[in-house]
Amino acid sequence: MFILIVGCGRVGSAVAKRALDAGHEVSVMDIDPLSHERLDRDQTSTWEDAGGQFTVGTALEVDGLIAAGIERADVFMAATSGDNTNLVISQIAQRRFQVPKVVVRVADPARAAWYAEQGLRTICPTQVAIEQAEQMLLTL
Amino acid sequence: MGSESDMYVIIAGAGKVGWNLARELIAKDREVTLIESNHDRFRVVEQELEHAVQYGDASELWVLERAGIQRADLVIAVTGDDEDNILISQVAKEKYGVQRIVARVNNPRNLTHFKMLGIQPAVSATDLILRLIEHEVPEYGLVQLLALEEEHLEIIELEVLEGSLAVGKQVQEIALPDGALVISVLRSGRGFVPKPDSVIAAGDQVLLILDPGLENQITTLFASSAAGASA
Repeated sequence: MFILIVGCGRVGSAVAKRALDAGHEVSVMDIDPLSHERLDRDQTSTWEDAGGQFTVGTALEVDGLIAAGIERADVFMAATSGDNTNLVISQIAQRRFQVPKVVVRVADPARAAWYAEQGLRTICPTQVAIEQAEQMLLTL
Repeated sequence: MGSESDMYVIIAGAGKVGWNLARELIAKDREVTLIESNHDRFRVVEQELEHAVQYGDASELWVLERAGIQRADLVIAVTGDDEDNILISQVAKEKYGVQRIVARVNNPRNLTHFKMLGIQPAVSATDLILRLIEHEVPEYGLVQLLALEEEHLEIIELEVLEGSLAVGKQVQEIALPDGALVISVLRSGRGFVPKPDSVIAAGDQVLLILDPGLENQITTLFASSAAGASA
């Protein structure tokens, strides 16, 4: 599969590395060129050496998305730090570029729930933390 | 929706646009709630607008609900962030069923995203300013002054060039395509609405209303000196 991940933070970079290790073709895009360091295996082997692709750009710029390979992506993941950015770009991926599988990270449980009802595959880390905390605190 | 005077308006973003808009609507006796997420800005605006401004992030659903979005007739998203404006408009329209939306486009390049997601009208101040500047700079040729996209109409302006087909002709003699109409002529700093027998001169600026797509035919008639020779 060809996987495009926008947002190279803790989640985006970790998922990218795992997907590459699993034998997929992976392209990562981030506004910050320095975020690339999160993808490098160690001092001597870079992300590109391992076969990964990295593009600097903002995801609302369609040219950047195209350079990052969105037109042939099988999977798209929006994992920037902005909920609204993630929700907008994942809809662009879905409706404009018809990417078959779109996954979007949304920190706010309310927005995550409503957009999930609208057909987006949302991941809400906050909701997971709430449920885990609830379980740890309330079950002895 | 009721009468105009009991219309309820929510404005997201108390920047220059949002604050002035709220002021004008309040002066016209509309019920308005302005939402601002920056605390310092909120406190400044609160000095003047008091309870008409609320502190919070308008892309949070509970903030919109606290502002009473369920009964809003119009939501105006004018924050400085296009993603926020898209999201607020989308949620207002699709989740809360608000009838009318107006969204601000900060970066004109994002306009396609607003359109694709069905957010209309989307207003781009940068685009409007560019049009005004083009209007002042004659070298631009044909300038689109106003586009009514939903209605499929536009108002354009162009300078009549020496030697073009329209020069020296009465307006009624110019073979305009169907769907185009000359609505005014600007000459030596003054504008007038032409009659059928008004004569067009080289150097006039003419304003036309037309169906989008007719621009090339209009340019051929008014601003193409080669047209006369080849006809």
